[in-house]
Amino acid sequence: MSTGLMFSKIAVRHGYHIFDYVEYPSLIRGGHNVYEVRVSDNPVYSQEKKADFLFALNRETVDLHKQELKDGAIVVIDREKFEVNPADFQTQNVILYDLPLGKLTLSVGADKVMENNVALGATIAVLKMDLAVLIAIISEIFAKKGEEVINKNSKAAQAGFDYVTSHPPEKFLLTLPKKKALPQMIIAGNEAVGLGAITAGCKFFVAYPMTPSSSLMHFMAEHGQKNGVVVKHAEDEISVINMAIGASYAGVRSMLGTAGGGFSLMVEGLGLAGITETPLVLMVGQRPGPATGMPTWTSQGDLHFVINASQDEFPRIVLAPGDAEEAFFLTFEAFNLADYYQTPVIILTDKYIGESHYSVEVFNLKNMFVNRGKIISWEDGDKVDGYLRYKITDDGIPVRALPGMKKAVFTANSYEHDEYGWSTEEAKDRVSQVDRRNKKLEIYKKTIPDPKIYGEPDADLTLVAWGSTKGPVLQALQDLRKENYHKKVNFLHLTHVWPLPVSYLESTFKKARKTLIIEGNSTAQMASLIRQETGIQFEHQLLRFDGRPFYPEDIMIKVKEILS
Amino acid sequence: MIDNVNLYQPRSPTWCPGCGDYGIWASLKSTIKIMNWDLDKFVIVYGVGCSGNMTDFIRSHGFHSLHGRALPNAEGIKIANHQLNVVCVVGDGDCYGEGGNHLLHAMRGNSDIKVLVHDNRVYGLTTGQTSPTSPHGYKSKSTPSGVIEYPVNPLSLAITQGASFVAQGFAGDITHLITLVTAALKHSGFAILNVLQPCVTFNKVNTYTFYRERILKLDEKHDIKDREKALSLVSDIGHKIPLGVIYQVERPTYQDQEIVLQQGPLVKQIIKNPSEHTDLLAEFAEVEKESYHMAG
Repeated sequence: MSTGLMFSKIAVRHGYHIFDYVEYPSLIRGGHNVYEVRVSDNPVYSQEKKADFLFALNRETVDLHKQELKDGAIVVIDREKFEVNPADFQTQNVILYDLPLGKLTLSVGADKVMENNVALGATIAVLKMDLAVLIAIISEIFAKKGEEVINKNSKAAQAGFDYVTSHPPEKFLLTLPKKKALPQMIIAGNEAVGLGAITAGCKFFVAYPMTPSSSLMHFMAEHGQKNGVVVKHAEDEISVINMAIGASYAGVRSMLGTAGGGFSLMVEGLGLAGITETPLVLMVGQRPGPATGMPTWTSQGDLHFVINASQDEFPRIVLAPGDAEEAFFLTFEAFNLADYYQTPVIILTDKYIGESHYSVEVFNLKNMFVNRGKIISWEDGDKVDGYLRYKITDDGIPVRALPGMKKAVFTANSYEHDEYGWSTEEAKDRVSQVDRRNKKLEIYKKTIPDPKIYGEPDADLTLVAWGSTKGPVLQALQDLRKENYHKKVNFLHLTHVWPLPVSYLESTFKKARKTLIIEGNSTAQMASLIRQETGIQFEHQLLRFDGRPFYPEDIMIKVKEILS
Repeated sequence: MIDNVNLYQPRSPTWCPGCGDYGIWASLKSTIKIMNWDLDKFVIVYGVGCSGNMTDFIRSHGFHSLHGRALPNAEGIKIANHQLNVVCVVGDGDCYGEGGNHLLHAMRGNSDIKVLVHDNRVYGLTTGQTSPTSPHGYKSKSTPSGVIEYPVNPLSLAITQGASFVAQGFAGDITHLITLVTAALKHSGFAILNVLQPCVTFNKVNTYTFYRERILKLDEKHDIKDREKALSLVSDIGHKIPLGVIYQVERPTYQDQEIVLQQGPLVKQIIKNPSEHTDLLAEFAEVEKESYHMAG
């Protein structure tokens, strides 16, 4: 477990809310890694630009981040390793604190890898936090490795803690005293997707490693077996989607995880799921592309791609959760939708939501129901006469049968087919099957929930974002409130991004005076999608496509600029 | 009990008169009857090509896949319901070209699926281009000066990559082919049966006569467990073409080794009520656990 995540856990066990964000290059080890934890008494939705506390393990860290410090921030360094002068910082009143990290580690006979725990011990001493909480976390992490490892690591933490306690930093006033802890979970977006899948009764998960989706695969591999999920690392993404389709055709809830690049290889399979009407749940994690792009960074550049992928036309549903909680509930919903409409459902995430940790209340499992849609029972499937898998029905949704049934027999066919499933090239069959498949989406459109509006209904400016950009926008909104902007700005967040809730958007934007779209791509894909579906044009746009997430500060600047 | 009425559908095959596919089709249907499989016992996964068109000439649970992708579909089906017998009907371009990677990995996992390859050494459905098994120098619409590559050797590939049943049949000898399809379907583990199948329309080289002159039927003296012998038999390119079960070993299948499947077929394992996952969520709750008090 990374030191940063340990700090997040410590903070939550002290009764705080956290959001953490990690930046790292596409390397196996090393390179410049940053782990940023934002801690607050109130819920936090995103990272922020400037830090109160920087633990720098090397000189490069100071050089790269010296402009990202708040007034009066503390920077912890080990002067034996590198030198830093107060003059290096533009920010006023930076407190430099020298912690003999290497020496302290040696002094307690700990290994060099345990320096992290010395650092954590020192950090919580600076912030006046409780050492026992850190020791508890260390003993949980190393429970399997035995007493000796726990003791060594605990001693390391104690050494850091004791040093700072006897050499307290001057003038640094920020503390995080222990409060009554709320029962919260710390969970990354990808983990929430995995939990959602298991809760929905996913029985087969298949993937091929690709950042930023791999941590979902790791989660499923770790938790799948004891929860009845077969987890398969297949030979390539083409196999991934086809195995998932095979398993789903045979009757189990199946899911795959991939990134935009892997999804590119799956496109033909997506069409196969569409024409055979095989339910399928896909998590597609976005990163900057095309091709290999920037593997470990974030993006919202695949919206048009996932909506349009595959030749010709078939119904699909795309959901874009905005945070870990939505990732959990929308993944659960995705399985119900896939079964009900017998078609692929894509959960569109990205590196930012997938790998960032959120502190959230433990998910409430009440009022969650599994709906497998129209499947003929095994009993009826053994005795039915004249079963037709692709029968023309009023709602477009036919009744599924499963291989292994005695009489409900059919061919799942990648060719256009008739009501049984036999291949056909007849114009009449073709038109009636396409019409029927399309009708499924028309039925679904009537059920799309209204997007959430945050803030006052009649604001001067409406911000619109989708997926993971929710966090920075909510944070900006919260911070704008403090500056008395709350009556002027509100925020519409889209999670159901295809098909769009068209009539809701049409009626909402009739009222909005000014509009700003905020999204992580270079061509404002959501803005053009909304224009395509509703004719609504966005007046202003804030786009980011450098691989970094939005920062609330930048959103605030844009909002003030528009309202000035 | 399965009979002709169950397996036939009212459509007539669209293959060219004299096509080797008829022999393979007849052998598969006969074998299904020999195996005494009712419709609830098996599913056939078809690739795309002349071979895959068989999908419309057999009435049973069937999945007509994409070109090259029948194997991963079949593996997914077998994982979801390992009580089903899963048979793949594929072609040489389909399985050795477009889907070559899937073949390698299905074999090394010994996934419990049976693969019947229609090997006509040419692309028939797309009107006569060279295939991965076309002989070196083969002239076709896509290689008018003769193909530069040498053909893949699917049998040696199968023996070295972990297939636990490797056989070769001939579409022109249905009686013999039925015995091979039967042996393949009875095998536990990955079985590949390469069926030499003349394409009377596009392949003027590998004809019925061509094969009849070269075929070497393996008899009971052949030791099917002898890997070295099997490899030397299939490596004798250009001389005798071995026909029969070339190699067969017993080893645990992919599905045997998947722990979750030991609880029964996945499709029959119940989906818990969502509220029963409280314990799983509790693992993520940041509360002071027991160890806190011990260490604190």
